[in-house]
Amino acid sequence: MALISFENVSKRYLSGQEALSNVSFTLREGEMAFLTGHSGAGKSTLLRMIMLMERPSQGQVVVGEQNLAQLGRHELPYHRRRIGVVFQNHHLLFDRTVFENIALPLQICGYEPEDAARRVRAALNKVGLLEKENQSPISLSSGEQQRVGIARAIVHKPRVLLADEPTGNLDPELSEEIMKLFQQFNRVGTTVLIASHDLSLIERMRHRTLVLRNGRLIADGRG
Amino acid sequence: MAVDEKNTPRRGAQQDRIDRRSRHRNWRRHHALMARQSWSRLFATPLPTLITLAVLAIALALPGFLLTGLKNVQQLSEGWDHEPRISLYLSPGLDDAAADRFSRELLLRDDLAAVDLISRAQGLLEFRELSRFGNIVDLLDENPLPAVITVQPLDRSLAALPVLKAKLQALEEVDEAALDLEWLQRLSAFVQLTQRAVMVLGLLLAMAVLLVVGNTIRVSIESRRDEIIVAKLVGGTDAWVRRPFLYTGAWYGLLGAALAWCLIQFSLLMLKEPVAELARLYLSDFEPMGLGLSGSLILLLTSLMLGWLGAWLAVGHHLRQIEPS
Repeated sequence: MALISFENVSKRYLSGQEALSNVSFTLREGEMAFLTGHSGAGKSTLLRMIMLMERPSQGQVVVGEQNLAQLGRHELPYHRRRIGVVFQNHHLLFDRTVFENIALPLQICGYEPEDAARRVRAALNKVGLLEKENQSPISLSSGEQQRVGIARAIVHKPRVLLADEPTGNLDPELSEEIMKLFQQFNRVGTTVLIASHDLSLIERMRHRTLVLRNGRLIADGRG
Repeated sequence: MAVDEKNTPRRGAQQDRIDRRSRHRNWRRHHALMARQSWSRLFATPLPTLITLAVLAIALALPGFLLTGLKNVQQLSEGWDHEPRISLYLSPGLDDAAADRFSRELLLRDDLAAVDLISRAQGLLEFRELSRFGNIVDLLDENPLPAVITVQPLDRSLAALPVLKAKLQALEEVDEAALDLEWLQRLSAFVQLTQRAVMVLGLLLAMAVLLVVGNTIRVSIESRRDEIIVAKLVGGTDAWVRRPFLYTGAWYGLLGAALAWCLIQFSLLMLKEPVAELARLYLSDFEPMGLGLSGSLILLLTSLMLGWLGAWLAVGHHLRQIEPS
């Protein structure tokens, strides 16, 4: 079953620059794929469209059975709760503990505190940071911060996990570790789409790879 | 993870559901938490908070104080308004017996409620007692004062009083009829004018409260930009993101009102002594009113609403501009 599908999607900015042109692909439920290309090729724009941080100028994006063009401003938060996102720059809040950072999506969704605490610890356990729950993210290393970001993205068990250059600031060893984490989540059924320009790493992972160049999808196949 | 059962049919096998009851509980819990957090946030930066509160208190206290003052003047003038009297100064030629007879005749009229005769001798006596010029009167050969009859009209309306006064004035025995009403009318017109002015001032100051709270909230939104962006990214609704700021606005309103209440009570206390002195000079037992329970409640609710509204306007405007990018 297709979980994410792009149908002839184009994005043109007011400046006239075309970020995406006529992109079509589908991502099946439970699939893991990489999205690659030079910076400026449109990787982030594509991910942002799935998050509804941007809307296409043409074509349509469907996530689950939901055509995103039909979602209004008020339904947008509920759409985002079904997606977990990991950013290159983590987007962690430094005025709260690791635990509180990860608990935020659960708090927003309305989980009971005890239930939320259990899930936060489970997520921390998965990324191997259980003993750091009371620290501030600022005291963690870059790799650890990224793992906190991943824990926050998966704590509410989203159907889709998106990652935008999740290994951008990390050395090769840490990068591979992070990628293995994504693979683990994929194995339990989460659909994963990772934007990355780390070609050698992508090749080693042996997953489907979508290649963007100047906003066009120029290749789609096994790495 | 399904959130709203209506909008989001269950899809993935691994998704969780949160039942309605626990979501409602969570909603209340979040309100309580935000109320507490925004309260402690106020005092995390005590000086700016105090300055803002002082501005709010002054803006609220000024109209509150003026309205209380006006309420007092009104109460005072209403007390007089209810017992209008017409003083009839009788012709100097009329002797005591004739004056007495005339006052009995007046009693028979059906437009008067009470008739009170002050004979010439009585008038002289009162004059001696109440003024300091008693010894001057002693120098005169005869009593210079005319007999006076004060009457209380049945119809106390402002329209009827001058008509009655004219009728009584026309009587042969009456030298002059005086209705102590004109200055009351002037006072009432003055009070109305001042009331209007205070209302306009109050509206302007209410706007000032909105702007002050709005600006404070705007700064607070700016400083919590990252938090707002992250909350929006992980699916926080507008209401969720707005909540802490609305509580902050409401706290500002509430604390501003409390401070304004203290300012007003303090100012009234400062005025209490001189007002009592003034009232004593006018032989009145006038007791000035404070804000009272209803006044205090109105002050509190108005301020609370203004604080909340100011925050709401600021949040509505600025939250749309902060979108994850």
